[in-house]
Amino acid sequence: MGSTSSNAIKINNLHHEYVAGKPVLKGINIDINESGIVAIIGPSGTGKSTLLKCINRLNDPSDGEILFDGEDLTKLKGQALRKIRRHIGMVFQEYNLVERLTVLENVLSGRLGYMSSWDAWRRNYKQEDLKQAFELLDLVGLTEFANQRADGLSGGQRQRVGIARAVMQGPYLLLADEPTSSLDPKTAVEIMELMETFAQRNDIPVLLNIHDVNLAKRYAKRIIGMANGKVHYDGPPEDISEADLKVIYGGESWME
Amino acid sequence: MDGITNQKLNPFKPSLVNRLLWVVIIAYIFYSISSLGLTVERILLGFGESERLLSRMFPPNFSRVSLLVSGVAESLQIAIISSFFGIIISLFIGLLAARNMMPLIITAPIRAFIALCRSFHPVIIAIIFVKAVGFGALAGILTLIVASIGFIAKLFAEAIEEISFNPVEAIKATGASFFSVIIYAVMPQVFTRFIGFASYQLDSNLRNSTMVGIVGAGGLGGTLFSAFQRFDYDFVAAILLTIIAIILVGEMLSNIVRRIF
Repeated sequence: MGSTSSNAIKINNLHHEYVAGKPVLKGINIDINESGIVAIIGPSGTGKSTLLKCINRLNDPSDGEILFDGEDLTKLKGQALRKIRRHIGMVFQEYNLVERLTVLENVLSGRLGYMSSWDAWRRNYKQEDLKQAFELLDLVGLTEFANQRADGLSGGQRQRVGIARAVMQGPYLLLADEPTSSLDPKTAVEIMELMETFAQRNDIPVLLNIHDVNLAKRYAKRIIGMANGKVHYDGPPEDISEADLKVIYGGESWME
Repeated sequence: MDGITNQKLNPFKPSLVNRLLWVVIIAYIFYSISSLGLTVERILLGFGESERLLSRMFPPNFSRVSLLVSGVAESLQIAIISSFFGIIISLFIGLLAARNMMPLIITAPIRAFIALCRSFHPVIIAIIFVKAVGFGALAGILTLIVASIGFIAKLFAEAIEEISFNPVEAIKATGASFFSVIIYAVMPQVFTRFIGFASYQLDSNLRNSTMVGIVGAGGLGGTLFSAFQRFDYDFVAAILLTIIAIILVGEMLSNIVRRIF
């Protein structure tokens, strides 16, 4: 295998445990070569978030390897890790914006990995970064909010800023940890549309955790079903059976 | 049976220990008063003296303006210089003392240092600095820098420990360096509180700068002390009124600063 094309990620036998002896991830194998949305479904507590955070190393996996951009992410430290993080954008369930900064500053913070702290302190951004930030704000429909503080926005607007920040990084891969779970159904659909738009526009894979099976089926090219820290299903959305969902979520009463 | 009923009706039965404690406290206060020689005659004598002092203080004498102005100027300079450096140093020390940002091996000694800065009253620190670096404004400035660190660095560290980690995580995920994370995800969350602490400290440095002079560390306090020694009580009154005016103006300024942020 060993593909080194930039938008490929290969996860081999990944393990993670927060507490010794209580593993959350028990040998995950995932191989992504295509752009577009890949949805990870599964009940709460099955390790979906942990898996995503192992990829950009907000969590440190206990065993296994993650091959991305020619490197094993699990081995990286310090400067090398920060360099590779620039190419992995992340969108969060709680948006994780810096509330007291403006919308524009939040979007521009996606460039922090490419500039010195001194330039960050002085807000000394490159002209092309500013141009791109305004383009992205336009794409997510928040141009007129550019100079407003992020704490004045609604949930859906905040998530748009979060997505713009992640795309601002110029990522080879987008991770999205339950990006729609804190939003109402209509806004959730809008956010999924936006994720799909950016997956196509930047021609990158979007690895996305989601509870909502229907939303996943509607937007994902591929679904990964996780149960008990392992991958139970990995394939196209139309092939996932009720029996699979029963295994993934446990029981069947919720399906009626 | 009867005993149990009584117990139920009076759940707040006074405890013997509680009463004994009151007796002990009151007895100790009476003992202290008598051992310090605070008799009725002594108290009346004292009040007579204060009447004489007050009558000699009024009307306040503002005729030695140049002495007053140079004292005020020196106190203001001491307060502003020490606040400036004290606040900047506290910014770094506070960050190093925050346990959610730094490993224990750094926070523990830094916290010990802050505790040391807090442990002495400014008068004692001022005496030490007068002995160490000599009379004058330098000793006063160093004193108030130490006092500022003891106050702001501690509160600032606590403010940092209370921040939300969500933005920190997000900014980290962009590949930002440690300092960029501090600048972008930590500072905005604590900035307004930091301004609050800093303006309180400027306020209290202003007050304390008039005091450090009493032990020879420069400023209006020195003028006040020599006026006392020369029994120029009308000039003393003028100095005290000036100090009150400075404190009121300082408080007004820090209120304005706090309202802006």
